[in-house]
This record gives sequence, C-alpha cells and structure tokens, in this order.
Amino acid sequence: MKLFVSEGNPHCLKVLAALEVTGVQCDVQYVNHEETVVPFLSRPALPAMFLPSGLYLFSANAICQYLFEVNGQESSELCSQWLEWEATDLQPALLLALHMAVLQGKGSQVSNVLQGPLNYLDQSLSKGNTPYLTGEAVSVADVVLWAALYPVLSDSSLALGERKSVKPWFDRVAAMHSCQSAVQKVLRGKGLQGMKSYMQRQPAPQSSQCRDTQPCNSNPAECEEGERVVSEEEMEAAVLTWSKDLNGGPLATERQHPILPQEGKRNILLTSALPYVNNVPHLGNIIGCVLSADVFSRYGRLRGWNLLFVCGTDEYGTATENKAREEGLTPQQICDKYHAIHSSIYKWFQIDFDFFGRTTTEKQTEIAQNIFWRLHKHEFLVEDTVEQLRCENCQRFLADRFVEGICPHCSYPEARGDQCDKCGRLINAVELREPQCKVCRQTPVIRSSKHLFLDLPKLETQLEQWLDKSTSTGDWTVNAKQITRSWLRDGLKPRCITRDLQWGTPVPHPDFKEKVFYVWFDAPIGYLSITANYTDKWEKWWKNPQQVELYNFMAKDNVPFHSVVFPCSLLGAQDNYTLVNHLVATEYLNYEDTKFSKSRGVGVFGDMAKDTGIPADVWRFYLLYVRPEGQDSAFSWADMALKNNSELLNNLGNFINRAGMFVTKFFEGCVPAMELQQEDKKLLALVGWELQQYIQLMDKVKIRDALKHILNISRHGNQYIQVNEPWKKIKGGDTERQRAGTVTGVSVNIACLLSVMLLPYMPTVSQTIRDQLNAPQSCINTMLQGTGTFVCTLRAGHRIGTVSPLFQKLEVDQIEALKKRFGGQQTTAQSAASAQPAAVPAPAAPAAEVATVNGVDPEKAKQLTQAVAEQGDKVRALKAQKAEKAVITAEVAKLLDLKKQLAVAEGKNPEPAPQKSKKK
Amino acid sequence: MALWELSSLEKYLGLKKPNKYSTQGDKKVPVLQNNNGPPLVGLVTLACHLVKEAKRLELLGDSAENRAVVQQWLEYRVTKLNNCTKDNIKTILKDLNLYLQDKVYLAENQFTLADILLYYGIQPIIVDLAIQEQEQYVNVTRWFDHIQHYPGIRRHLSPVVVLRNRIYSSRHH
Repeated sequence: MKLFVSEGNPHCLKVLAALEVTGVQCDVQYVNHEETVVPFLSRPALPAMFLPSGLYLFSANAICQYLFEVNGQESSELCSQWLEWEATDLQPALLLALHMAVLQGKGSQVSNVLQGPLNYLDQSLSKGNTPYLTGEAVSVADVVLWAALYPVLSDSSLALGERKSVKPWFDRVAAMHSCQSAVQKVLRGKGLQGMKSYMQRQPAPQSSQCRDTQPCNSNPAECEEGERVVSEEEMEAAVLTWSKDLNGGPLATERQHPILPQEGKRNILLTSALPYVNNVPHLGNIIGCVLSADVFSRYGRLRGWNLLFVCGTDEYGTATENKAREEGLTPQQICDKYHAIHSSIYKWFQIDFDFFGRTTTEKQTEIAQNIFWRLHKHEFLVEDTVEQLRCENCQRFLADRFVEGICPHCSYPEARGDQCDKCGRLINAVELREPQCKVCRQTPVIRSSKHLFLDLPKLETQLEQWLDKSTSTGDWTVNAKQITRSWLRDGLKPRCITRDLQWGTPVPHPDFKEKVFYVWFDAPIGYLSITANYTDKWEKWWKNPQQVELYNFMAKDNVPFHSVVFPCSLLGAQDNYTLVNHLVATEYLNYEDTKFSKSRGVGVFGDMAKDTGIPADVWRFYLLYVRPEGQDSAFSWADMALKNNSELLNNLGNFINRAGMFVTKFFEGCVPAMELQQEDKKLLALVGWELQQYIQLMDKVKIRDALKHILNISRHGNQYIQVNEPWKKIKGGDTERQRAGTVTGVSVNIACLLSVMLLPYMPTVSQTIRDQLNAPQSCINTMLQGTGTFVCTLRAGHRIGTVSPLFQKLEVDQIEALKKRFGGQQTTAQSAASAQPAAVPAPAAPAAEVATVNGVDPEKAKQLTQAVAEQGDKVRALKAQKAEKAVITAEVAKLLDLKKQLAVAEGKNPEPAPQKSKKK
Repeated sequence: MALWELSSLEKYLGLKKPNKYSTQGDKKVPVLQNNNGPPLVGLVTLACHLVKEAKRLELLGDSAENRAVVQQWLEYRVTKLNNCTKDNIKTILKDLNLYLQDKVYLAENQFTLADILLYYGIQPIIVDLAIQEQEQYVNVTRWFDHIQHYPGIRRHLSPVVVLRNRIYSSRHH
C-alpha cells in the first residue's frame, strides 16, 4: 500500500490528516503536481493510493474512508452524506474561492462564494448539537471537511466571519496534533501561498454565472435545467440597450496601411506561425494557425483594436532543398511556386492578412544578422564541434531531413533525422539506426564539424522572469504553458543555430562562412522581417513592448520555439524587443480516424477544398466548430455534413431566412412596429447574455466555444418564432397582427446581430445577411462594444432587400463521394508504396480506383444485414415519434451508410440511388 | 434526474414499497425523509441506503478495498459525470476506456452499485456516440453493453445497439 501526495495540494491535506488520525501504516511518497501516478487518468490526480490488490484510489475522500475502515471505523450513513456534500457542493465553491484568493488576488470576494455552504454547515452543526459532525467522536467526515476548509478558514485575511457553530467545531478538529502535523507537511507554513503552484495547474473553475457552454448531452431532463432564469433587472437593461442609437464612428472595416501603433489604443500585433513553403497546407495547418488568427484579428478589428496581422511563408531550410531536388527545380523556384500556392489557398479561405510576406528577403538577412551580432557581442553564443552524418557520395553534410533511418526509440523504419513521425520524439541524426542519405540512399559516415550554439542556460534566469510575467498576465493556452514548463523543467541546453546548407540566411561570421542559420533561429525572425517589408517603421511594432501586445498563433508543436528559443534570442540581443504576451496554441486536428500527413498525402489539402463545391465559409465554419481547442479533434466528412445540415441549414440559416421572409411576405418588405412585451424582453435578455458570453470567450481566444453562443441565439430565435406563430397571427385581428409584427421585427433584428457575430467566422455569409436585410454597416462596430450592445438596428419602417436561403444541404451521397475521393480508404496501400513521399497529392484519385480495397465479405454482410434492419427500425420509430428533423436526418444518414457498407460486403455497386432513399 | 434512478434502483433491488423522494436546491438533489432521524440527502447516500435496506451489501463491495473503489466511482459519477462539458466527455470516455481495459466491472470482477449508477449517468452520452466513437472507446462500450443487459437494470432507458464486429478498420500510420 502506497500513498502519493504533492505539496501544496489541499486534497492531500485530507489524506495526510486521515493517515495521522487513524495511525494506519502506509508508505508516503511526495511527487510533483504533474506526475502521472494513476495510469488510466489523462489528468494528473493526487492524492492517489496504490492498493495491495493492484487497484488505484484517486479520490481523496475514498482514500480517507478506506483508511478509517482499515482502522475499524466504517463510515455511517451520515458520514457518507457529508462526504458526498463535500464533493458535490462544497468543493466547487472552494475551488472557485481558492482560485480567486490564490491566483486572482480577489480575497475580498471569497466570502460571497463560500457563504452558502458555510451557512449550511453552521446550521447543521447547531441543529445536531454534537461536538462533531456525526456525533460525539471524530469521524472521517470531520477530518475531510476540516481539511477542505482549512486553507480558507485559517486565513484571517479572507474575512469569512465567525459562525457560531462552525468556529468551535473547526478549532476542535484543528487542535488535534495529527491535523497540525498534516498541515505542516502540505502547506509548509506558507498558508494560501503554499498552494499557488498547485492552483495554477488546475483548470479555471466556472463561476455559477458562467454556465457550461454546451449541456453534455441531449437528455431531456437536463435540457429543462438548461433554461436560464432571466431576472427583471436583466430584462430592463436589455431593453435599455435595445433602444440605444447606432454608433456613428468610423467603420471598423476601413483600414489605412501601413497600420502603426497609436497612442491611447489597444495596439495588437498578431502573427500566425509561418507555414513551410515546401508543401500545400492541409486543413489541420489551416485551422491551427492562419484561420484561428484570422478569426481573432477580424474580431479584434470589430472590437475597435488597432491591430496588425502578419504572416508569410517560411522558405529556408533543408525541407525546401529536398523538395527542390524532388521536383527538379532550384530552391528559389520552389519557393516562388509554393508561395503562390499558399497565397491563393489563404485567399480562397478568406484569410485577411494585413501582409502576407516571405522569409527569403534582404530584410530577413539584415535583421537576422543584426540579432546574431548582438548575441555575439553580448557573449550568448558558444562554439562547439558536432558529430554529423556526411554522405561521401553527395559530398556534403546531411542535415536533419536529408537522412532517414530506423527510430532509436520506437523502431519506426522511416524516421527522419530530426524527428520520428510515429512516436514524435526528437532525434539527433547520428542516433538513427541504419541511416541512409535521402538523395542517393548510400550509408553516410560520421564526421565532425564546427558550429555555433545559442547559450540558452545563460539566458535561463532572464527567460524565467519574463515567462512568469507573461504567462500570468497574458492569455496563454494551457498546452502552451505546459509545454513551456516541461522544457524548463528538463533544463535548457545550448542550441545549435548553424547548419551546413546553402539555402538559408548566411552566417556573417568569417569562421562560419560556409554555413547558414538553422531554420528555427531564422524562421521566427521572419515575423520581424515580414513586418519590415510591410513598413519601414516596423520597429514601432517590434521594439515597443510598452505599447504593443503580441499574439502568436500556432499548433502545439511550435510552442517551444515561440516560448523558449525565440524569446531567448530576443532577450539576448538586448534591443527592447516586443516579446509574446499571448501564446495561443491549438492541439492537432486529425483526419477521419487517422492523421493528416503531408508526406503521405492523407487528408484534404488546402487547394482541394475549393474543388469540393462546398463554399469557403462552410469550410471555415466546420473547421472552427471542431477547432482543436484544449484537445485533439478530428475532421470527419459525415460530421461536416451533419453540422452543415443541422446547425447551418436547420438552425442558423432557417432562423435568419424565416425572419427575413416574414418581413417580405407579411409586411411588404418593411420592418413592422414593435411593442415589446414581457416575452420579448426576456428574449432580448437571453440574447444579450449569449452575446456577452461570446465576447468574454472571444476576448480569451476561445474561438470554438464562442461559436456555440452564436448558434444558441438562433436556437432561441427559432423557438421564439415557433411559439409565437407570426404566420397565424398575421391573419388575426389588430392585436394579433400587432403581435406578429413585434415578433417579426425582433427576429429580424436578431438576424442582424447574428450577421455581426458571424463576421469573424463566415465573412461572406455575414455580408450576405446584411445585404439581404439592407442593414447599415454601422451596426458592425456597434454591437460588439463593451460587454455587448444588442441595439435595434432595423427600426420600424426600414426596408429590407431580397431574402434568399443562405446555405445548401449537403447530401449523403455527395459527402460519401467526397470521402472516397479524398482517401482514407487507400492509405494503407499507399503508405506501403510511398518510399518517396508524394507530398502534393494528385488532384483527387478517381473513385473507381478507391473502391477496390474493400472486398466481398459474406460474414460481414450477414452482420451488416442485421445492423441495417436494426437501424431501419430505429428510424421508423423516430419518425413515428415525430422526433426532430435533424435527429432523423442523422439516423437516416447512419442507415444509408450501413446499407452502403452492406452493398460493398455483398459485392454490389455501393452507390445507392439517392432518390429512393429520400422517399423512404 | 436522480429520482428515476432511485426508483429504477428500488425495482432492481426488489424493494416492495417505493419511497417518496423530494428534491432540494437548483441542482435538484434528492432527499428522503427518514422516520428514524434527519432526512437523507444526495444521490450516492440514498442509493447506498437503498442497497442496505435491501440487504444487498455485496453491491457496495466485498472488501474494504473494493468498498473504497465503489465509493470512489460513485463520487466520480456525481462530481465528474453530472453537468460535464463536451470536452470533459471525451476525457471521461478515454479514461474509463483505459481503466476498463482489463476489468469486467468497475470493481474488477464484482458487479456493484458503482456500475449501476455510472450506467445511468453515462447512458445519455453513449446514446449519442457514433458507431465509430463506440469503436474508439471499445472497452467502455463493452462494459456498457454488459450492464444494459444485466437483468433488471435498464428499465425504461432505450437500449444502445452495439455492433459485435468492427466496421471501421483500425489503421496505423
């Protein structure tokens, strides 16, 4: 039996106190907060107990109960009741309270948060009239609750007030020697501050106001709870805002280049990771950096921030040289070719850069060499010899990607010289087993070569000071902080900045004439040089940390270079550089159930998206809907069709279209007069609340979560129309007609609000909506001011334009065809054959080639027949129950999918006649 | 939502006269008035109470270790699974999937109250899983299928169809 605890973790106080009180013998091991002790949990969970049976306990309360039981004190019903209350009621409040007190310095507000649970505890104690919670003697409930409350009740600065029954009970438990000794072990006399590093690693708690964005499932019982209660004050406030005037200021969309920092404005410099030029970006690359950055920069401009969004292609390095060799071109030709491809893809996706440059420019050489000499002058560069692979046949040193071999960690046979594609570990090329020159397939030899290193250890203290400040004041995503911490924890080593290549920024030092800068020293400098190519006054952005806030967008694999390596270069150069304030990193987007792979050509690539016939805005919507925020996610064709049909078509599009159509059909195209009643006011408040959530989330770059609130608004709107039935009321008497007018007027104004909220996500659709409603552009910079300003933009009498549907249905057969066309199925066969990676996939393999992989399989056919029958029953049952259309559509899609698989298994033509399936 | 779970549990346990429950607070925490003392509050507390009433103590675990494991998963149910966000769902499924890799039930080889309440809590999530996701969390699916077919457990909940063959090929890169 072994107990794992960490210092400063309040839950560990429970178990250590229980251990001392019961006197049970048990090994105790102190570990790091991040240490994974319980093998099956994704997040570190401490305390944890390893039981003799080989099972783990990861709940502090269960561990305490166990210790007491081993000691012969089984918990009573009352005891377990207190423990359940502690876990479900007290803990959420405590977590919030500790978060405020320890991390946010809002100790004064803690008493509000804890008032409810503390009063409950006080009343129960005074009613029970016993010295302890469950009677005359100390029980596990006393120990657990005391330990849970200790951090807040022992700190007098929190001013929680003395409750007449809680106080003596708390003091009584605290007086036990065992408890005092446990406190010393966990908090080390540091009180609340002793918990800081623990609290920093906890996910931020949700306050009671900030409800979960999405109920976890569609259980009807939970949906009832989902209905938000709106107070009178909220309604009044919403009505007041509604009647405000539009903001007459200059349009947010008008930009004057060059954009430079301005006094008194929020000046934001925004970069997205520079895509490697040597390949066509896939959907994962697009959502990971440029699209996310685009949404945020569009949003920022709407918020009235003075914002510059730069990006460009990263063109130097081995990968480009490799590619040039493969395609028989010079590196420069490759760069020109692919830079154009990148530009056109981003243009199609409507990525609105202020400037999209490239790294192979004179400014790059100038700035990179300047930083180099400054680092050299301040003695942050050290020289060392490196063992390197050299191909005698090709007469050159083989840098990272020029060599392939067997991964020393996982034995993957096609590992590259810098990293293994399979296990993801970084590799030193000389460690590869059976290395081969990628060009001539000869075995290279090991030779030594002289190189320059950036002395990261010497910069470590400076870096940590800066990181502490930046991560605590800026919006760094959790993964960005974690990855950075793990780099620092492992200790920094000098990092090589030179390479034996031709295609790169030349090292200006005479002793290293033949060498160029290592791409990761060089590439981030691209942000500076690209800005310099945009404006001569680039230093106003890059050497101006007082005025400028810098946001970096990237996928998580790029984090260490932006949080550790590049800041070290800039810190060492000592030239007042602007360092990153907000580091926003996504996780990975997978393709169906596999990975996108440039080198193996799996997945949808940027240039093919437009060939699908699906509009760019729908692509943007879906990619943002599944944005890998917080964890990996996957692109799935079936899911894309479902989201398009249910969210865009049936929810959002349906609402906006209906609102506009009512104006056109019932009111001759003029917005009717609105007399707000209680129900309308309530809706305004609900919509206002969603808008507020949207802004709060967007401000924190929670792009995917914010999108859900847009969809919530149209859901509210649909329900509102459904309940009020303006199409019936319009045929009634004057009061009824008046009511139809109000409902229509409010709805069409919500549609206008939606168009603004959608702008960052779907710019074209957003503009189309405003065109259809003939809405003034000034609504754009009004609605997103402050915490959200939902004003009545389309007043009574306003004439709207021609309304037409915004979205098209994605049919099952269309999606199936696309799914086939973009692979998935043939990857096994292809990857085996792809010794030479086909990085630019051929423009869509013919469908016939693909279908041959799935063979005839009678056994599978039998099982599928059964599955088809069951699914058929389910669909019929749903239809009989008159279930929601979206639900039925989804189930029908499943059915069709099964039928198709069945057809394949039976060896028939898998393409069903779409007409037939529709009639069913 | 906890109330139907308790009455389903009563039926499974074969308790003759059904109890009358009320709820308290925004979260609708179930409450049972108790003749012998103060009212009992909370889903876990009430469920354990019913098990004891029916004298089916083995459902709470047959050793001190297993009893702790059962309590832990009951706590997991009411803290992690209730009101979880969509992001958390994936973590929960992933963790459970790993945990159940080498186990028949939550408390290894013994069917317990933890299985019952976790089943009730996770059912709405599993209903929503696509076949592909079911396959991704194959151990959870297997456990779930097992519990939903356990005599007397499922009650009014709709059965989730679990395919016995894999229809998505598992690919490695």
